Amino acid sequence: MAWLLNHLQVTLASLGRLYRQPIATLMTVAVIAIALTLPISLYVAINNLSQLSAHWDSSTQISAFLYPQVNKQQAQILVGRLRLNKDIRSVKLIDKQTGLAEFKKTSGFNDALKFLNTNPLPIVLVIQPDIDSAQPLKTTQLLQHLQNENQIELAQLDIQWVKRLFALLEIANRSIWVLGSLLALAVLLIVGNTIRLDIQNRRAEIEVAKLIGASDAFIRRPFLYAGLWYGLLGGLLAGLLSSFSFMLIAPPVHRLTLLYHSSFQLSGPSLSQILILISISCLLGLGGSWLAVSRHLKDIEPV
Amino acid sequence: MIHFDNVSKRYAGSHDALKRINLRLPKGQMAFLTGHSGAGKSTLLKLIAIIERPTRGRIYLDGVNLNNIRNRHIPYIRRNIGIIFQNHHLLYDRPVFDNVAMPLVIQGYRHKEIQKRVRAALNQVGLLHKEKAAPITLSGGEQQRVGIARAIVHKPALLLADEPTGNLDPDLSRDVMQLFARFNQVGTSVLIASHNLDLIRAMGTPVISLQDGKVSNNTLPYYHPA
Repeated sequence: MAWLLNHLQVTLASLGRLYRQPIATLMTVAVIAIALTLPISLYVAINNLSQLSAHWDSSTQISAFLYPQVNKQQAQILVGRLRLNKDIRSVKLIDKQTGLAEFKKTSGFNDALKFLNTNPLPIVLVIQPDIDSAQPLKTTQLLQHLQNENQIELAQLDIQWVKRLFALLEIANRSIWVLGSLLALAVLLIVGNTIRLDIQNRRAEIEVAKLIGASDAFIRRPFLYAGLWYGLLGGLLAGLLSSFSFMLIAPPVHRLTLLYHSSFQLSGPSLSQILILISISCLLGLGGSWLAVSRHLKDIEPV
Repeated sequence: MIHFDNVSKRYAGSHDALKRINLRLPKGQMAFLTGHSGAGKSTLLKLIAIIERPTRGRIYLDGVNLNNIRNRHIPYIRRNIGIIFQNHHLLYDRPVFDNVAMPLVIQGYRHKEIQKRVRAALNQVGLLHKEKAAPITLSGGEQQRVGIARAIVHKPALLLADEPTGNLDPDLSRDVMQLFARFNQVGTSVLIASHNLDLIRAMGTPVISLQDGKVSNNTLPYYHPA
């Protein structure tokens, strides 16, 4: 109980010490916050992108273009056969007239099409595969299978560019971890250096404390708590900064996605992400001060 | 209380500060340690507080061989010792009360107990009315008394003082020495390094004289020269 009380006292005392040097404290906290805001913001941004692309991935579909001479009846038999395939969720048949009407509506070639005597469009089957996106190989197999149907001229899958996007996202993700680790190291060193200066400034106090029988743990404690406070405050500020940044970016992103007829909403860091950020920041603060304390307290001995 | 058994101390790249010291300070005894500057007075006190380690020989404090004390247990040895320095070693960023309270805070005393004991210690050195003052506003003699209050607040069994009257005028010096005598009367062992020979003679207390790192004279009652 007395031990707990002492810890509480030291915790508040070290906070009070930071409060009495507001400028210096604010600068350190700001540096920590900025160093942490960068990776968390990028992380959240990439997360947003992956969610968007995950949506695209699940809507991946295969367009199968039939030979021009295949008529609607034959096509319907093919559809019936394809529906039995367990890797296919649904098959939609777009006949020549529907295809032409749709093409006229969306392509803008309306006038040009009037000059054509016959409908040049083939029957198209829009096939929704029932395959886990994590198994691109199976999708390729299905594609091969469709290609082997002798009524299908061309089966096309839009997965290639999705794959590329995923690869890019993977690189971005990896880069964020590298960047994040480097900046975490920076935070560790910033806190370590700040605490080192603090130790030097309180040299006299440490000497006297050692002379009158203070244990190493007792001397260490206020510095470790100071590091913890730096981490906590830096983490909080980083959470605020990143949330604020996303609030600034969200409206123009929304306008952009409206242009693409998408209902995509940019979401800032979630509460749990911010809490994890703050915990990591606290650990880094504590770790940094531990480094400084274990390195420099030993050097101070009464003479 | 203190037992030096054939103790030598050599500083790296220097002469022998202490040579084959044999010495016994009984429990509850008060004694002066005298000698010219450089005779080894400070070194001897530092060895007792384990600020320095002996090069050879053994030192016992209250029966405990200090050679066997590991660095991380030094604080617990020092908690039984009150140390007073010539230059006070007060912390100027906090009031008198907080300075005196330090040994108790370190040992985890409760707030109420700390207040009681700090006031008692300040009362003994006659500075109760200055508890809220900043040390820098006090005179040299008052600062020295704050240092003494801090050394006795946790009721150590042994008081060590290194030139406690070095910066004080004769009247103040006598007051300070009287103060030590009073602590000694309630059972505290006291060892004071001083070169203030007039004052020492006036006190009528046993004297250990050091010369060139050796004991040249010792008037302690139980002294048996080797």
